[in-house]
Amino acid sequence: METFLNIDLGTWMFLVIGAVFSGYAILDGFDLGAGTVHLFLRKEESRRIALNAIGPVWDGNEVWLVIGGGTLFAGFPKAYATLLSAFYTPFILFLVLLILRAIAIEFRSKEPMLWWRRLWDIIYSVSSTLIGFTLGVVLGNVVLGIAIDENMIYKGGLQDIFNPYALLTGLTVVALFALHGSVYLVMKTADKLADRLANISKIAGMFFTICYVVLSIATLVYVPHAAEDFKEMPVLFAIPVITLLLLLNERRLIVKQQYWRAFLSSAALISLLLITIAIGLYPNILLSTIDSSNSLTIANSAASSKSLGIILTFVLIGAPPVLIYFIFLFRTFKGKVVLDEMSY
Amino acid sequence: MDIEILSRLQFAFTIAFHYIYPPLSIGTGVALVFFEGMYLRTGDKHWEQLTKFWIRIFALIFGIGVATGIVMEFEFGTNWAAYSRYVGDIFGSALAAEGVFAFALEAAFLGILLFGWNKVSPKVHFLSTLMVTIGSMFSAIWIVVANSWQQTPAGFKIVGEGAAAKAEITNFWAMVFNPSSVDRIIHVWIGAFLAGTFLVLSVHAYYILKNRFVEQSKKAFGIVLVIAAISALGQLLTGHGSAVGVAKNQPAKLAAFEGHYDSLAVADMYLFGWVNETEQSVAGIKIPKGLTFLIHQDFTTPVTGLNAFSENDRPSMVNFVFQTYHLMIIIGMFLIGLTLYSLFLLWKRKLFKKRWLMVVFSFSVVLPQIVNQVGWYSAEVGRQPWVVYNLLRTSDALSENVRAEQVVFSLVLFTTVYIILFGLFIYLLNKKIQAGLVPEATGKDDPHKLLTDK
Repeated sequence: METFLNIDLGTWMFLVIGAVFSGYAILDGFDLGAGTVHLFLRKEESRRIALNAIGPVWDGNEVWLVIGGGTLFAGFPKAYATLLSAFYTPFILFLVLLILRAIAIEFRSKEPMLWWRRLWDIIYSVSSTLIGFTLGVVLGNVVLGIAIDENMIYKGGLQDIFNPYALLTGLTVVALFALHGSVYLVMKTADKLADRLANISKIAGMFFTICYVVLSIATLVYVPHAAEDFKEMPVLFAIPVITLLLLLNERRLIVKQQYWRAFLSSAALISLLLITIAIGLYPNILLSTIDSSNSLTIANSAASSKSLGIILTFVLIGAPPVLIYFIFLFRTFKGKVVLDEMSY
Repeated sequence: MDIEILSRLQFAFTIAFHYIYPPLSIGTGVALVFFEGMYLRTGDKHWEQLTKFWIRIFALIFGIGVATGIVMEFEFGTNWAAYSRYVGDIFGSALAAEGVFAFALEAAFLGILLFGWNKVSPKVHFLSTLMVTIGSMFSAIWIVVANSWQQTPAGFKIVGEGAAAKAEITNFWAMVFNPSSVDRIIHVWIGAFLAGTFLVLSVHAYYILKNRFVEQSKKAFGIVLVIAAISALGQLLTGHGSAVGVAKNQPAKLAAFEGHYDSLAVADMYLFGWVNETEQSVAGIKIPKGLTFLIHQDFTTPVTGLNAFSENDRPSMVNFVFQTYHLMIIIGMFLIGLTLYSLFLLWKRKLFKKRWLMVVFSFSVVLPQIVNQVGWYSAEVGRQPWVVYNLLRTSDALSENVRAEQVVFSLVLFTTVYIILFGLFIYLLNKKIQAGLVPEATGKDDPHKLLTDK
């Protein structure tokens, strides 16, 4: 395969896709998390403020998923095909949940009736939570590997996808997003509401810590290739240590009311989690549990060198303006939420 | 039902529903650019009111477009895994370009367009409106390029054999500018302009009829009518270009458009009619030898008919393709007549006195929607049985591991959710229109105020 700076194009593509999905998890992660904690806010005004805190940005955040899907399809068409068809039902549910969530955000404030708002609040919160959960379930299965035959076709069933390890990963992701989202909301709100959200972030942080510890142990027990990696490279034990340090640091920063830095801590937590998984997988993309020679790797599932070259050129040209747009967007709406005539 | 039919139904349903919204966004976006541009130039309060009102409508449309669009991107993988492997090398680069160059632009500036009125200067806001509109037009380019490649593949080679065969890109620009791309991109853009402008015309015609916001509505109507008329005429040109392209590159589809079976005969062009598929004949009003003239510029050369292809290689739903194609043309012609006549009356300063015409415009909002839908039906069903013309059959494009009951489940789910979604959309759209350009001073239209008063 052709190389660029001595790294082959497939690996570059792997890195790009990893970066896009990390960006997605960090960005949509906070607005999904805001959805998860939404129902813990009691007053109508609090809920409105919380919703408007993500109002101008959630749609842009979701675009990272679209870019992630597009680059995966482009860079590794075979992995895209196997992954999505294998997880047919979870992905369909995921898509329907994304629609329900979008309309809940869009429609909740359009009518004054209390029942109307309560109803959309519930749909918004439940769908936000289940979206994170479904993503976690898929991630858990990617770590474990799935039953792929020699033609790259999935041979398992639905019950194999909802295995305990994947469900646990799902819960962990929900907890992490809830932490990330509540810290974001603390940053965007003031007074009593901010205090309440700081409290919620504390609970979410504890919930995540428990999930993370259990998941780490489960990984060493149930994921043989992960256990091997740890045996070969004891330096990997630094990862859980760093994770716990980041968690403690985030707590400290919230107490010190340095919310922006606290937010960066949970963003770092999310990237660390994904980087760990990416290192564990490389150079595989989807592991086969039937026979490791059936696994989808960078080499056997990538698009042609020519196509990879084109896509990577697009990314090189397109990434700087994209970053500028997003920085401009977030700067425009920085600071505490102020409701006006254009608000939800 | 078999899995191929189910998957096709699901794709058709989800894409058809999705396709209501992006064209509306593009078209109302263009109108918004004009309204806000006029506000920036004149500082006139009316233009400001129009801009803010249409931003509210735009938000509703755009939101549903995004939500239903994500479904499309992932459905290639969930339902059409074999297709995804086959075209990934080509389709992927178009989809990636769409994400990097178009979606990010749209989405980031959308936040400012919808929520930034009091946060940024009027010029920056106008720039955001412009960026969102341009972004949505960019995304149309890439997705139509990908679809056009399926109609007229170019710039590729086939690697591998049998089930492992796939298309690999050899020349990116040849792929992008495949024979049907340019005609179809412009055709789709103009279709979008028509969808959006007719929504704007419909709403303001309604206000004029109801004697509300008459001054503002007349201003809006005039400027948008001009865009609509140019678009309607433009569609005639690009439509003709497309048809000539289809004749050259996809003769089986063209033959289905006109229900033409016999390759040895000169071909007629129908104004309308009915295809008897068993007798292979058409009953209807026709321009004799019209199709021959359209393609060969004479009245003697035969046109390739459906019988030149074996039954497995040509579309089976000939009457469906015929009807959708002709409905598109009939409505397209009506839109040209309607807009040109109205433009003439506008020039004569008589337009807004014709109440019947305002009634026609109030209802005409559905016409570009129908045209856009049936146009795509004829293009896509006319390509069958191929998903990639002459290369990959639709029946070979499915996900190998997905079972019929899974697709039934997802189809039922999508149908249910989309029906609810559509109902809510219409309800809220109507509510916003009834509320008017400016919330009236009573405060009864401000839902938040009402709630705190309780």
